[in-house]
Amino acid sequence: MKIPFKHKQSSHCESGVTANLFTFYNQPISEAMAFGIGEGLFFGYLPFIKANGLPLTTFRCRLGGILNRTVKRLNGRLHWRKFRNPHKAMAALDEQLAKGIPVGCRTGAYRLPYFPPAFRFHFNMHNLVVYGKEEDTYLISDPVFSEPVSCLSADLMKARFAQGPMPPKGRMYYFKQVPVIGDMAPAIRQAIKGVCRTMLNTPGPLIGIRGVRFLANRLAKWHHKLGTRKAAIYIGHLIRMQEEIGTGGAGFRFMYAAFLQEAGTQLCNQPLLQLSEAMTQVGDQWRTFAVHGSRVCKGRSVGADPFADMAEMLRICATGEEHVYRQLTNLLKQKLI
Amino acid sequence: MHIKDVPQDIGMAGDQKEVCYAVDADGRYTLASSLGWAPKNIANEQAWELIEQEVNDILVRVRTGRASPLAYHMARNLMNIKLLSRYSGFFCFQVYFHLTPRGFRRLTSIQKQRYADVFGISVDELDRIPDKCRVNPHHIRSDRENTL
Repeated sequence: MKIPFKHKQSSHCESGVTANLFTFYNQPISEAMAFGIGEGLFFGYLPFIKANGLPLTTFRCRLGGILNRTVKRLNGRLHWRKFRNPHKAMAALDEQLAKGIPVGCRTGAYRLPYFPPAFRFHFNMHNLVVYGKEEDTYLISDPVFSEPVSCLSADLMKARFAQGPMPPKGRMYYFKQVPVIGDMAPAIRQAIKGVCRTMLNTPGPLIGIRGVRFLANRLAKWHHKLGTRKAAIYIGHLIRMQEEIGTGGAGFRFMYAAFLQEAGTQLCNQPLLQLSEAMTQVGDQWRTFAVHGSRVCKGRSVGADPFADMAEMLRICATGEEHVYRQLTNLLKQKLI
Repeated sequence: MHIKDVPQDIGMAGDQKEVCYAVDADGRYTLASSLGWAPKNIANEQAWELIEQEVNDILVRVRTGRASPLAYHMARNLMNIKLLSRYSGFFCFQVYFHLTPRGFRRLTSIQKQRYADVFGISVDELDRIPDKCRVNPHHIRSDRENTL
């Protein structure tokens, strides 16, 4: 059995799944729109959470946030289920597929056989859509891949019950109320407001713009504190978080710029289009940061103090982003969006 | 990022393309496919080199009798004690014990089977360790990397 599900490659799994599911129900939205309305943009430097002994830096909001917020703001209703028993989880999946409903699943990446070996990490925040089953093989639309893929039942079961930090526990979701997107303006307004609030006004030094500046101050001292080798590893990890598969480049900044542009076009709003350009420039600055970082990793850095230079680049990014969010806040206050 | 600047530096994923966002000549955002980007490839490669280093360090420890082959298989599968404990069903302190040669010798074949199932290997393979381990899947190096 195969549901006529249109697969579209996207750069981030969660926003891609959201966009593809909406498109299936004849409510086409782009990935960037799903990402923007889902308030995906974020920054957090959380040095007390360590993955493999490296501090966590995140450029996206918490798990499931994009999907849940987009669905809520566009008048849909999602049914989330999680399981203890793997066999029951697979049976429930089959049941929904038999009804012709494409089902989103959260899985671990390590045990998905179609993943290239280079990306097999114990990473439990991957999303995909199962849209059919032929004998023992599931047909999967994994938004990170260019073509639909297939996966044996046993492998999918293992992936759905991966262990480690934030285990998916067989989580799956499907629409129980099909969304009918009417006027997008309120959703866009609300989403932009939310992003500005988290990025500018979250208390504490670790989140949002303050987080970027805090990271810059820390980063400037890394090579004194950790030694050159460890500092290079920290930098490498930071770049992976920023550019690794799924961010669409520059830690989602380009994707958000694409959202601002699409929103500006839809609402015929000139200031939004200008801010989209400003956001693109911020993204370019983040990429420059990554280029310099990779030189540090390779030990090919130029200049007297590459770490101080990189910290300065981060501060430039922070200033650029802050400008965009302040402008957006002003537009919202003046009711121009 | 302008569409003509979209990097095509082939990296770990081979010919697997990914989507990235770039602006075209009119300033409109479009989806462009990219093979990879040198800075990202460098960071990925660094991560794998670290893992490989760790696995080979453990291999030395196994050979000199300071750790059991289980320690090698655990590192090879990028696991830690907590994760292996979750997958195998043993308690953390048991896994900790089995990582020592003394603890590993005491494992029954049924217990070994449990570990072997986690790693997807046979019990015989669980006892063996290779001379040198290559875990780094990065064989295709970017041509432009050296120019960076």
